Parts: sequence; C-alpha cells; structure tokens
Amino acid sequence: MADHQTELLRTPLYDLHVELGAKMVPFAGYDMPVQYPLGVKGEHLHTRARAGLFDVSHMGQVRLVGEHRVAELEKLVPGDVAVLKPGRTRYSAFTNDDGTILDDLMITNAGDSLFLVINAGCKDDDIVHMRANLDHGVSLIELDDRALMALQGPDAAKVLTRFAPEVADMKFMSFAEIPVAGIPCFVTRSGYTGEDGYEISVPGDQAEKLARLLLAEDEVEAIGLGARDSLRLEAGLCLYGHDIDTTTTPVEADLNWIINKRRREEGGFRGADVILDQLANGADRKRVGIKPEGKAPAREHTPVLDGDGNEIGEITSGGFGPTVDAPVAMGYVDIEFATPGTRVDLMVRGKARPAEIVALPFAPHRYYRG
Amino acid sequence: MAKYFSKEHEWLELDGDVATVGITDYAQQALGDIVYVELPEVGKKLVKDGDAAVVESVKAASDVYAPVDGEILETNEMLEDNPGLVNEDAEGEGWFFRVKIDDESQLEDLMDQESYNDFIEGLED
Repeated sequence: MADHQTELLRTPLYDLHVELGAKMVPFAGYDMPVQYPLGVKGEHLHTRARAGLFDVSHMGQVRLVGEHRVAELEKLVPGDVAVLKPGRTRYSAFTNDDGTILDDLMITNAGDSLFLVINAGCKDDDIVHMRANLDHGVSLIELDDRALMALQGPDAAKVLTRFAPEVADMKFMSFAEIPVAGIPCFVTRSGYTGEDGYEISVPGDQAEKLARLLLAEDEVEAIGLGARDSLRLEAGLCLYGHDIDTTTTPVEADLNWIINKRRREEGGFRGADVILDQLANGADRKRVGIKPEGKAPAREHTPVLDGDGNEIGEITSGGFGPTVDAPVAMGYVDIEFATPGTRVDLMVRGKARPAEIVALPFAPHRYYRG
Repeated sequence: MAKYFSKEHEWLELDGDVATVGITDYAQQALGDIVYVELPEVGKKLVKDGDAAVVESVKAASDVYAPVDGEILETNEMLEDNPGLVNEDAEGEGWFFRVKIDDESQLEDLMDQESYNDFIEGLED
C-alpha cells in the first residue's frame, strides 16, 4: 500500500458500484464499495441464503512461469506446491525469516504456470519479495489487466452454470480456464465466505459486462466489503493485517494444516526453524474463536482477561454475526486458555464482560466437495 | 412539545424539564443495521458533549454524546431485545433515554427541525 498515495485507485467495476448506489470507502488504496442500499446485514444474509457478487479486483493476480517455479515458490511458502495437480488450488502464506506471515494467498497449478491471488494491501511488497527471491529463471507476470469477482452462496453454482456449464462439476479448490458467457475466464471454486461459490478472474475490459449479466439473475445481489468481512469472520477465516501479520506465525494462527507432512520433514521455507519448532513443541498462544455472552459486540483490540483480571490475549476481529444473530469474534489467547469451553472476560468500554472460547467456524462451511 | 437537534445527530424532545433523547433518522440511515445499543444507567449524571450511549452496527461502534447536562431518569428497555427499533423508528419508538435537564439555556445551542434539515442537506455535498 502506498502511504503517500492521495488518488485512490478504481477497479473496472467502479462505475457500476456507483450506479448501484454503493457507499464507497478507501480500502488498501482503492475506492471500494463497503455496502449497497441493501445494507451490510441484508447483504450478509442474502449471500448465505442465495448468492452474492463481490468485486475483489483490488486483490493482486500474478502468474509464475519457468521450469523451476514450484521449487522456487516453495522457498517462500510452507505449503506443498509440488503436490498440486494441474487445476488444483490451495491456501498458503508467505512467511519471513522470523516464521511470521507476510501475506496469505491462493496458489493454483494452472498447468503451464502457477496462478497466485494475493492481498490488495500486500501485493506491491509481495511482488518485490517474489522478484527478489525467485531464482533459476522463474519470472513473475503481473495480471493487472484482469478484474476478479467472487460469486458466493448456495445458489452460486446454479447461477454460474447458466453461463458456463463446466462449472457445475468443479470441486472446492479446483480451477479451470473456461469461457463464462463467452468471456475467457479463470474460474476457481473457492471464496472467502464459508459458502460454496467461485472466484472469477476476467479481463478488465469485460468485467462490467460479466458483472451485469450475473447481477441480472434473480438470485444475485451485489455485496460490499462490510458483508465480506462479517461473512469471513463467521466462517473463521483470517483477514490479513488483523488476524495474521508479521507478528504471528502460522502455528499461532492455528494454520498448521497449511503445512503438510513433506514440508514438515523437509523444511526449506522461510522461517522453517521457528515454525517447525512450534509445530513440535507448541506455541505460547493460539488464534481461537471467542463468543461474547451478551449482545454487546467486542471489536478488534479488545483485551481478553482471565477470571482474575489478568490480560491473556486480544481480539483481532470482532463484530456482529448476522447468521448466528449474535456477536462473534476471534483473537489470540495464551495457550492454556485456548481450549474451547474456557471462560474468559472481554474488557469492553471499561467493563469486564463474560465470553467463551469456542471452536471455529461460527457458521458451518458449505463447500462443494463433489 | 418542542423538539431539538444536535450536530451530532441526536434529537431531544422536551416535556417540562424532562427530555427524551435518541438519534435522528439521518443517523440511523448512516449507521445501517443497528445490532446493539448500550444505554447509560438510571441515575447517571450526563455532561454535555460527554459519552452518553454507544450504538453498534454490524461494522462499527459509534458514541452518542449527551446533548445537555442532566440526570438519567429512564432508558428504553425495548432496545435491549430489539435494537432494530432504532432503524425502524429512530425518532419515536427507538428513543434512547429520558434525562432531567439541569440547565435549559443549553437548549439554545441546539437546532430546530428546519435548521437541522438544512444542516444535513449541507452534509450531502
């Protein structure tokens, strides 16, 4: 993110957002829709009930090419890239030498290349990092002429199949380069809401056309960043810069599952000494779900206390979950308090309020696994 | 009954020296779906421009400031179970609290309906 940037960037769907009556806010250097006239709660519930269309074009899309792309990327992420078959996608993270997280990302084996989707706020740094560290003839191609949208919700498959019959049989975390409404797209059956759905990478100059076609379907509403945040929080998914950052390791973030057996045995990624030690011996703290008992939401940076009033952690994402119809939060607590069922207090506006450590997610994942 | 408005988008309706206070329809629209309202305790002394209540939408918490000095006499208990009342009827059923006013001259700093309408029109560039 450029600190001195005064002019906000616009995605190819900017004019459409304004036309739809979106409230636009600055986010990661972009002028983005935080909500439409339906409102955050309505948009959230609509996505869980039918289908929502999200503009995520601010995120970075890059391709890595070169014979040694897999081995080179594996130096920077603890995930197993080699195991990915063509047309398969997985979630991973760039780690640094301290074993903490520079960004989280999606990695797809696109056959002749690796296709990566990285966070908007980190993309410039990620690209510098990759260009500086990917050797042996691997090069990075920025796909900055492409837009990215997500269609999420139980009706997403039904809707998208009308424009691309091939997507019906795609399984969660699979990828295909196929035409959607005749437009050449990269489609991944994935998303960040906990629902079934797709992320669709589309040439920027045809993004508005595709978005209008999808929004014209009865099931689909435009959804802003506000509901994107409440949906991913209920789904227990991390938001970079909040739940994970350069002060948290994948083990502390309860993302052990992104590091498989081979990478644990072989190491060879940034910060492996720290991360492998934590995998073997445990970390001092852990990311957990936190359920406030009353109706008061507990927001980011709320201190978490034990029964004696000692600070044992902090909330990193917190708000109201429209689907669970109650406040929901996640954060880090000292490891001895990380077991679901543990009672804690949250210090909200000077008052200790009871809460419970719970297993994530708050809203069950409904991915399509075939 | 005289009705007053603050620049912080509170309304205040006067009955003798007791004022009913809430947030305006403009404020509830700007906040969006309200999911929680934290009301002051009965008996609490409010200080003009000090914290009086907190209203939370899905996305964020916002402070509600006291438009006048005074003592809280009553709060709207219906908001506990149904904070959405503020969205449905901000300037009626969705009232926040009743306060016994200390100094009526503070009302002079507030706006009437017409001035408030002009004020919010000016905000919408």
